[in-house]
Amino acid sequence: MSWEVVMGLEVHLQLATKSKIFSGAANQFGAEPNVQACAVDLGMPGMLPVLNSEAVRYAVMFGLAIDARLGTRSVFDRKNYFYPDLPKGYQVSQFFEPIVCEGEFEIPMEDGSLFPVRITRAHLEEDAGKSVHDAYTGQTGVDLNRAGTPLLEIVTEPDFRTAAQAVAYLKALHSLATYLGISDGNMAEGSMRCDINISLRPTGSDEFGTRTEIKNVNSFKFVEKAIAIETERQQDVLESGGTITQETRLYDADKNETRAMRSKEVANDYRYFPEPDLLPIIIDEEYIDAVRSALPELPRIKRARFISEYALSQYDAALLVDTPTLANYFETAATQSKAPKLTANWILGDLAGALNRDSLQIHQSPVSAESLAGLIVRIADDTLSSKLAKQVFEGLWQQEGTADAIIEARGLKQVTDTGALEAMVDQVIEDHPDQVTQYRAAEENKQKKLLGFFVGQVMKASKGQANPQLLNTLLVAKLRSS
Amino acid sequence: MALESLTSASATELASALQAGETSALELTEACFDAIAAHNPTINAVITLCEESALAEAKAADLQLSAGTAGPLTGIPLLHKDIFCTRNVATTCASKMLTNFIPPYDATVVSRLQAAGTVMLGKTNMDEFAMGSSTETSVFGVTRNPWNLNCVPGGSSGGAAAAVAAGFAPLSTGTDTGGSIRQPASLCGITGLKPTYGRVSRLGIIAFASSLDQAGPMTRTVEDAALMLQAMSGVDAGDSTSADLEVPDFTAGLNQPIAGLKIGIPKEYFSHNLDPRVAEKIHEALNALVKEGAELVDIELPHTEQGIATYYIIAPAEASTNLSRYDGVRFGHRCDNPLNLTDLYERSRSEGFGEEVQRRILVGTYALSAGFYDAYFKKAQQVRRLISEDFQKAFERCDVIAGPAAPGTAFELGAKSDDPLAMYLEDIYTLSVNLAGLPGLSIPAGLIDGMPVGLQLIGRSFDETTLLRTGHRFQLCTDHHQAKPTLAGVNP
Repeated sequence: MSWEVVMGLEVHLQLATKSKIFSGAANQFGAEPNVQACAVDLGMPGMLPVLNSEAVRYAVMFGLAIDARLGTRSVFDRKNYFYPDLPKGYQVSQFFEPIVCEGEFEIPMEDGSLFPVRITRAHLEEDAGKSVHDAYTGQTGVDLNRAGTPLLEIVTEPDFRTAAQAVAYLKALHSLATYLGISDGNMAEGSMRCDINISLRPTGSDEFGTRTEIKNVNSFKFVEKAIAIETERQQDVLESGGTITQETRLYDADKNETRAMRSKEVANDYRYFPEPDLLPIIIDEEYIDAVRSALPELPRIKRARFISEYALSQYDAALLVDTPTLANYFETAATQSKAPKLTANWILGDLAGALNRDSLQIHQSPVSAESLAGLIVRIADDTLSSKLAKQVFEGLWQQEGTADAIIEARGLKQVTDTGALEAMVDQVIEDHPDQVTQYRAAEENKQKKLLGFFVGQVMKASKGQANPQLLNTLLVAKLRSS
Repeated sequence: MALESLTSASATELASALQAGETSALELTEACFDAIAAHNPTINAVITLCEESALAEAKAADLQLSAGTAGPLTGIPLLHKDIFCTRNVATTCASKMLTNFIPPYDATVVSRLQAAGTVMLGKTNMDEFAMGSSTETSVFGVTRNPWNLNCVPGGSSGGAAAAVAAGFAPLSTGTDTGGSIRQPASLCGITGLKPTYGRVSRLGIIAFASSLDQAGPMTRTVEDAALMLQAMSGVDAGDSTSADLEVPDFTAGLNQPIAGLKIGIPKEYFSHNLDPRVAEKIHEALNALVKEGAELVDIELPHTEQGIATYYIIAPAEASTNLSRYDGVRFGHRCDNPLNLTDLYERSRSEGFGEEVQRRILVGTYALSAGFYDAYFKKAQQVRRLISEDFQKAFERCDVIAGPAAPGTAFELGAKSDDPLAMYLEDIYTLSVNLAGLPGLSIPAGLIDGMPVGLQLIGRSFDETTLLRTGHRFQLCTDHHQAKPTLAGVNP
């Protein structure tokens, strides 16, 4: 039997506000345990939450970016459960009336198509602290630095059928959050955490199967792996005649397996009710307009512009708009080089390769957009062959100066002087009479192959600086005549 | 000033004496501590004393008084209900759960009254976590009514009410979630005001039911209540539910006449639940106000009966989650040698909370549970809106609503301890005011068999001014507020 996988995702995005969502404590990663937790975060008696308006603005920015309906009146609720890293015994969240309602998000796929994902809702809530199980033998430490970090929980409809779609969505979400500047999106530090709701059904069926929820998957790679392993597990259960239990499962990256969380870890009655310590959030048209007018150019708009303005493919454009830094890099280089397609190829090819090799991000690139443009200009005006260009690029990477300076210093100028080349060609023909005879006797399709020998010889003589097109033309003409 | 008056005069009178140099803040403070030393062992109204800091504050107040920089409350002694967080002073909510809790911060009410120059003498007893109407559930033992030591002082702010009545301090703070200022004020013969929800910041007050809790003054006169409310009121950036409204000058209009004032009389407040002798006292009081030019209007508050059920769903529901933070992990009581996390939670909470608190946590948890939410909590919220609308409709026909503050006078210790429903009925006339968020004032209206009766006045939202003016007028034309318990036989 063939099965179809059905998935919906819940992403917890940590918002990069300066202070926490309900207190004035700093919202930063990496401090000593419990130094960034104030009396409010500790749930001390008598303490009250005060809503951080930046968190609201970030949520509204996100809502506008995905064309969602905004809840003009949204309400915080208490989600009640006991856990040592949840100081108040409840998490302040939004259950009944979220701030961001239905929206849609188009995800660029590798084949150049756009995959639409329906967003069910996105709501504001506070993060819990962290339980540290490995620091003390037989005891659990509690670090409340993270308690009160603002989160936007983004929930999708069950629209995903493949892991590739899920990962593409997460990458697009990550990209959008970076554009909006609402999150640093650092998955390793937990800025973006993903829960996957996954079920299987016979291909062609309209009904949903029983789903499981895989919690706490925190890298694109693990998302792919967790989906694969859980799909396999559910398929095994179903094909051996079993049924899937609706449950929460934890993905263990070390063992690459999912396992059911103990029932005690899953509180199933959260007793949601409106948080009486906070007033409803009311947002009006004026506020929404002000937020909208301050939005940056969004990835999907930039992507469309790159395609029309620079004649890029959907795929290249999608890759280049991934982060605002990369997109800016491209635009600077393309504008200066006046050869956008070639610029895109170099950025996505040699530059990306070199950055990847040295584990660098685009903003850390030793080759600036201006330097790269200098190189592209020299390729476009035939000063450099693509082979020479690679050598100049190496020079740029080593920060030896501008492209022109490196060409000069390394003597890498392409020989385009017909007279000089002609002399070299004549010399090679003179030196290799046998090969010339062979060439002239050969059929046309074999001649092409034999031509390579002469090209190689001239290139050697010119130290690789002969202009390949010019050389070809000259060689063919000389070998044909006489 | 005569020594006796130091412990019986109003804060307004004491302030005049201080300004005139007839006494000093230090002398006044010492007189209060003397009264506490003499009678508190029997009455048990005060559970924490701050003698050292109080004497220092009194001396500082005297310097201000002599420098001429004193305000109307400078040097006036004050007690705080033990629900207000006080920096470096134990704040227990009269619970075993918090006997070891010393907050590193002051409640906004505490810091505002301190800024006004008051002298904090200590903290008063209360029902555990403010859940009760008799001050019998405190881990520090019962507080006794100064008018009759066999009777309760009411609750939950019973310690505060008994302390003001017994001469321990002219002013004390209370909190009122369903009647916890007005009912003990009524039973102890003092003045108690629950302001409009949002008038006074809740920051630093240990939460019972967040949408109902409100702090207010407990005093010997309405004039003092106005003075104290002035210092307590105003928006607080730290409490999102505090109202961003300009605070009127509460004392300015106190002496204005009440001629033409329409007083609404809800027939539901004079039903079978009410002791007929109390009804008589209330009618006498209303007649006194009519003589001053007020006009009585019959009104209806049809959802009064449903108020109790509504309140006993909403308040426990909120309490059940407000009290979740007491888990034995970070502060408060922790059981010995927990076997595991669940054992830590279960035993710390079972040992730390008393019976009534546990009952309300259970009721509240039930009311919010999946499958019961719509039937209980949601329904209660709907009825709460109806109760609010009852008041709005009534206030189209009157300016103030009047009735009893409690169904009877103080009852004997233990009389209702085993009957929670009878205890809950104590708040039948007060708790719908909390559900509607309105201001309510209880003032002495005479004695029945030597025990005080309180007249309750209910005002429009944020119209404490009219309440205070009406109450002050009553105290100008009657002397019920001047009656004092003899404290005969109180000496240990």
